[in-house]
Amino acid sequence: MSSKRPTQSRAAQAVSVTAWFKNPSRWVVAVGIGLLLILALYPIIWLLLSSIKAPHEFNLRPIYALPEGFYAQNYVDAWTSGKFSIYFVNSVLVTIPSLALILCMSVAAAFGIEIMRWKLKNKVLLLFLAGILIPIQMVLLPLYTMYYRLQLLDNRWGLILVYTAFGFPLSVFLLTGYLKSLSYEILEAAVVDGASIYQVFFRIVVPMMKNSLLTVGLIQFFFIWNDLLLSLTFVSTTPQRTIQAGLLDFVGRFGQREWGPTFASITMSVLPTLIIYLILNKLVIRGLTAGGVKG
Amino acid sequence: MQKILSDRKAILLFVGPALLIYVVIVLIPVVWSVVYSFQEGTLLSGFRFVGLNNFGKLWGDRDFINSLVFGLRYAVFVSTGQIAIGFLLALVYTFYLKKASALVRTILFFPVVLPTVAVAQMFTKLFEITPQYGLVNALLDAAHLNAWIQPWLGQSSTAFVVIVIMDIWRAIGFYGIILYSGLLDIPDEIIEAARLDGAQQWKLVRYIVTPLLRPVLVTAIIFSLNGTLKVFESVLALTGGGPGNTTMPLTLYMYKTAFTVNQYGYGSTIAIFLTLECLLVTLFFYRFARRDIA
Repeated sequence: MSSKRPTQSRAAQAVSVTAWFKNPSRWVVAVGIGLLLILALYPIIWLLLSSIKAPHEFNLRPIYALPEGFYAQNYVDAWTSGKFSIYFVNSVLVTIPSLALILCMSVAAAFGIEIMRWKLKNKVLLLFLAGILIPIQMVLLPLYTMYYRLQLLDNRWGLILVYTAFGFPLSVFLLTGYLKSLSYEILEAAVVDGASIYQVFFRIVVPMMKNSLLTVGLIQFFFIWNDLLLSLTFVSTTPQRTIQAGLLDFVGRFGQREWGPTFASITMSVLPTLIIYLILNKLVIRGLTAGGVKG
Repeated sequence: MQKILSDRKAILLFVGPALLIYVVIVLIPVVWSVVYSFQEGTLLSGFRFVGLNNFGKLWGDRDFINSLVFGLRYAVFVSTGQIAIGFLLALVYTFYLKKASALVRTILFFPVVLPTVAVAQMFTKLFEITPQYGLVNALLDAAHLNAWIQPWLGQSSTAFVVIVIMDIWRAIGFYGIILYSGLLDIPDEIIEAARLDGAQQWKLVRYIVTPLLRPVLVTAIIFSLNGTLKVFESVLALTGGGPGNTTMPLTLYMYKTAFTVNQYGYGSTIAIFLTLECLLVTLFFYRFARRDIA
């Protein structure tokens, strides 16, 4: 349902349907769209601008005034005394291994389920898909108990393990879907040429899935980087805290009084997602909406 | 070929690692949660079996009922807003902006990728009143609408409005694109024929486009409700459930019961209730879609 087939007759339809909006409603729509664009963009721009304002600007001028200069001290404060150096690095150190594990294991699992022949494969796929429907709240307490016993609380690997496990349902689902369109003849030709199943997987399937893996990786990046619930549950000490939980903690302590560093810290938590979106927006949109509707 | 594809050792190596982690971290805890819901106690004091007591307790617990009502009210408002505005956007993309819609789609999708906590903190500052006016109060001040200036997040009525606005703001770009892809799949000939038959504007939307879009629309509604019924991060980061307990959804109530009050059994019971609530809503809309198609 997300097929973006270019339709030739779209242009013809365009002409005929233009009449549709030719009446007064045309202007209402144009103004409405303009308003929506402002509503979508202005808060972000306001956030970025506010993050470089000096303390006196917040006190003396209205909040919508443009900054007088570039007050970088906000970022220095948030990074050092606000501990964002720790939170940011932690998030990177958790996100990268989680992504690597999710991608490697789910592409292997998807290959095993979709391409290989065995009796229980459909049941195993269903088992993975059931995970899409399970609210995270349903596993928090037992997992907390488990981690408490295994001493995985406040542990980076504990968090990586949870993110990896919760990444599987959607990843396996999407990757099995992409594998369905893989040409069977190519695999067969490779096998006839004497390739083992592992060679088929590593030399043919994985390279052919590069784009799909990038898409899945992007979706999971946003889930992990933006997560608060899991990080809040399994990590409660500053040295292990990740960025969203860190932001919540920071704002809880300094948000009311120190607006500059607060805006700077919000900006820092947003920045990686913003940059990735600026570069890869087409892929991000396709990935997230595919994960959405099919999920 | 057949033999190589049925290699048991290879299958185990491919599927095994993911399945093992998934079963241990997700599936076993789900079953374990059900066991907890029949028990009472904490990690330190140990657990004892209490039968269905936790489930009975739900109905007498005013905080639970309040959370349930708040959650449902929030879900109805936010999901309606997300789908309605998303649908309007999709119509505008398809029939009004046409090929030029790519840029608008990209810009309006942008809030979707932002971290919820960061967005919530940004909204806190938008609606702030002390020590300085946030953007909304400052603009009201500049427009001399002083009577409107208020502690938006400090009163339960306006806090609810702010939460709803924020979560609609975050998601309309997403639903706009989902429904837009659905609209693209409707054959042009059908719309053309209907138009030639005299169907204009809202009649076209009402009698031709909407029925054809129903499957996608229902999927989007299910997806949206599953998100709004499980709302956690935006509320926690925006109001923390306050003022008082007036903006406390079930997820947050469950979290506090579990990790602040340390009631493992009752916390799990609330989590199970939440899971069933989402399943029921999903099944309801799914059946609804099926019946109308047939």
